[in-house]
Amino acid sequence: MKLTRRDVIKAQAAATAATVAGISLPASASNIITSSKANKLTWSKAPCRFCGTGCGISVATKDGKVVATHGDEKAPVNKGLSCVKGYFLSKIMYGKDRITTPMLRKKDGVFNKEGDFTPVSWDEAFDIMEEKFKKVLKEKGPDGISMFGSGQWTVHEGYAAVKLMKAGFLSNNIDPNARHCMASAVGGFMRTFGIDEPMGCYDDMEAADAFVLWGSNMAEMHPILWTRIADRRLSNPHVKVAVLSTFEHRSFDLADIPAVFTPQTDMVLLNAIANYIIESGSVNHDFINKHVNFREGVTDIGYGLRPTHELQKKAKNPNSGASTPIDLEAFAKFVKPYTFEYAEEMSGVPAANIEKIAKLYADPKIKVMSLWTMGVNQHTRGVWTNNLLYNIHLLTGKIAEPGNSPFSLTGQPSACGTAREVGTFSHRLPADMVVKNPKHRALSEKLWKIPAGILNGKPGSHAVQQIRDLKDSKINVCWNQVNNNVQAGANINEEILPGYRNPDNFIITSDAYPTVTAEASDLILPSAMWVEKEGAFGNAERRTQVWYQLVNAPGDARSDLWQLVEFSKRFKTDEVWPAEILAANPEYKGKTLYEVLYKNGQVDNFPLSQISPDYENQESKDFGFYLQKGLFEEYASFGRGHGHDLADYDRYHKERGLRWPVVNGVETKWRFKEGSDPYVAKGTGWQFYGKKDNRAIIFALPYEPPAESPDEEFNMWLSTGRVLEHWHSGSMTQRVPELYKAFPNAVCFMHPEDAKKRGMRRGDEVKVISRRGEIRTRIETRGRNKPPVGLVFVPWFDASQLINKVTLDATDPLSKQTDYKKCAVKIEKV
Amino acid sequence: MKALTIKNAMTFAMTAVLAISSIALPLTASAEEKVIDNAPQVSTLRGTAPLNAEVTPPIIEMVENNDLKRQRDYPQQPPTIPHDISKYQLDKNFNKCMDCHSRKFADEAQAPAVSVTHYMNRDGDFLGEVSPRRYFCTQCHVHQLEGKPLVENEFVDMEKLIRQSHKQAK
Repeated sequence: MKLTRRDVIKAQAAATAATVAGISLPASASNIITSSKANKLTWSKAPCRFCGTGCGISVATKDGKVVATHGDEKAPVNKGLSCVKGYFLSKIMYGKDRITTPMLRKKDGVFNKEGDFTPVSWDEAFDIMEEKFKKVLKEKGPDGISMFGSGQWTVHEGYAAVKLMKAGFLSNNIDPNARHCMASAVGGFMRTFGIDEPMGCYDDMEAADAFVLWGSNMAEMHPILWTRIADRRLSNPHVKVAVLSTFEHRSFDLADIPAVFTPQTDMVLLNAIANYIIESGSVNHDFINKHVNFREGVTDIGYGLRPTHELQKKAKNPNSGASTPIDLEAFAKFVKPYTFEYAEEMSGVPAANIEKIAKLYADPKIKVMSLWTMGVNQHTRGVWTNNLLYNIHLLTGKIAEPGNSPFSLTGQPSACGTAREVGTFSHRLPADMVVKNPKHRALSEKLWKIPAGILNGKPGSHAVQQIRDLKDSKINVCWNQVNNNVQAGANINEEILPGYRNPDNFIITSDAYPTVTAEASDLILPSAMWVEKEGAFGNAERRTQVWYQLVNAPGDARSDLWQLVEFSKRFKTDEVWPAEILAANPEYKGKTLYEVLYKNGQVDNFPLSQISPDYENQESKDFGFYLQKGLFEEYASFGRGHGHDLADYDRYHKERGLRWPVVNGVETKWRFKEGSDPYVAKGTGWQFYGKKDNRAIIFALPYEPPAESPDEEFNMWLSTGRVLEHWHSGSMTQRVPELYKAFPNAVCFMHPEDAKKRGMRRGDEVKVISRRGEIRTRIETRGRNKPPVGLVFVPWFDASQLINKVTLDATDPLSKQTDYKKCAVKIEKV
Repeated sequence: MKALTIKNAMTFAMTAVLAISSIALPLTASAEEKVIDNAPQVSTLRGTAPLNAEVTPPIIEMVENNDLKRQRDYPQQPPTIPHDISKYQLDKNFNKCMDCHSRKFADEAQAPAVSVTHYMNRDGDFLGEVSPRRYFCTQCHVHQLEGKPLVENEFVDMEKLIRQSHKQAK
């Protein structure tokens, strides 16, 4: 027998064991403390801080510290499991470089854009902010200020922020980083169904016979949902998994049908599947006759670039989402050219494999779940591609029932709960309402108890536009919370840094750690994070989860919620609201924004006595009322009775989350389907009630090329993304030694042949260069990602390798979401 | 890069929270000119590279491959992998990790057998084999490279707090 390394270790272990045996220790040297009092840990529940999966976490605290975390056995999402990031949540708050005091760039004792970061008090920090906000509001009005928030804001924080900006400053220049993440998904939902968020839920994963991943790498990005799919696939041999991506990654390890396609040609594949469904006679006519309308969308809509950009000037219908009604026959004619042969030619996926995937959808006996995230959303035709995905589920009627589920996965822990449901987008109001609609504004004014006609009806600047406006000095004050845009935003060199460091502008960043965004700012505010505050997140399956404050934040760090509400005390209505509105509503005169937005007889309705005696609540004690409950209950009044019903706030403290709409105390698993959704009338089967006629829409939309493709000089595709061990820009996970040491630096994953052609080897230093900028990194030809020839993948978590200097700030013209998944680069040896 | 005005500032090695950096040369700035420090003041993960420049990245470190078990931060922490798994097959057809870590081979390999939790399904029932939901080991267990972390972590082990509390009770 061959002696392996393990055999040697085994021999050593046996020898060691023999030495140890026979030695006994005196009782006085007992090495375990068994006293029940000293031994006791306090276990509480909280949703995970990281991705949109929304795992329940059991958090142990002792003497004011978080000492352990693991997957909550009682949480339906994860049933005791947690990914490696989730297991290490215990350590994310304890990086040595936590920001514990506000810091202002100062020279000679006063603010100076070129000054050095100097610790200041909260009072001094708010003084300079107040001065800057008031100056800009006076000179430019509400359009001169902006706020860039997050799908990692708690529900309360997002709601408080929307109120402060839209109802207080009357500015719609507030957008979440969910714009970079879920905006195309929202656009897809609104266009096809007229109401946001998935109809299905995670229970579909135990019911489906087939799973199709469209550009998603769930094995790394939604690992716990991947455990549910792996469980289903490996326990039930009939189940099939298809994985489509522009490069091979860990999700391919479970794939029965792997498919690597050329970037952007997912649109061709989806239309080819629709064509197959029609040509093979697999259309569910009964379903589409009753529940579906057909429309053809306007094409050639541009790339969301500056209007001066060549590509934008060339577009016939820039930014148009218009469409006209058609019928099934016209739709069939529209998709007819999308044959498997054409799809193979365009995508590089063999026709036989496309057919295998198409059959999963076409066969009425197979329950199929489609899953997608950034591959589809970060796409210059992201809304269209979302529409095309719904097309194939609607054509076959495979929707809104267990296992038949087009499922848009979410990136951030509360992109759904905060960014989307609360309406922190520049065009939105709570509960899917929009600022453009006068009825929606009127209802919001009523529920917010603010004067009629006061809300601003013009959509504000979205994320990418805010950056352009900062560079162009149109916006002069920007407040960032819970995001790291100097690392996360596209085209850093040409757009973001010039905007942040523009001497006309004052940039404020609230964060727990000194990110590159904090570095590029003028004022840094120290934030409390995760269980250092009470909060609520909403995950991808409409599950709202609430947690208590479990420990105190270090130093002077305060939650973003406290920062927003406290800052509102600095402004009087007379300073920010139009004189004619105040003249017509004199009862609002002389009041602070704090009084009209938060201490408004609604938000302050719940006394401190309603707070759990077992937990701290810093903000509420500071303001004198149960702030989180008041904000939540006021916010919930927008959605109750309108298909967005939330339960009473207190109930969420007892539950491992509930999926909205929660009607008569019962959550909803499948929306739009009779029997599982209380909003669907008896005898209808399905009702897509987001649309007035209860019908969802199938859209005829063609393939259109990406904004930028490889050419002779910039001859490679670049795709960016995450890795399992790091959350987004790494500001938390890079400070956990175990996660850092698992994947310390970004690398450029490349096909070995591409490396060989360029005379490069694994580990060589290279430049990744685009028309916009470059980074220096190292070549990786092995490991978890295996790109095809012609494509490289670089993760973006590494603050020392800012890959978004290279990416293009082209966006989907409808959703305004950036395409981080494809641009043209060249790779040069250093 | 043409519109950049790079400020001269002394470089500070940053490990602490507060950056009290240097005096800089003031420059007349306009909307076209932006001011970027020539070394980060606070951004600990950025090293000494200014925001608008990129520097030589660290080498790709070797995987720690000494098979020495590491202490866990708390009992629930999944142990990190103390050896190289880069050549392991881990897909739906085969799980190389279980060659040593399964109950049946742990004695021969003297590797830790997967814990009892790994046999539990979603409902908390124990299966006869490892639950398929735990099939892909690398979702929780990760290798460690040889480099040192950039930022120290001040997490406190519960054992220390328990001892403190025990001492106080006495």
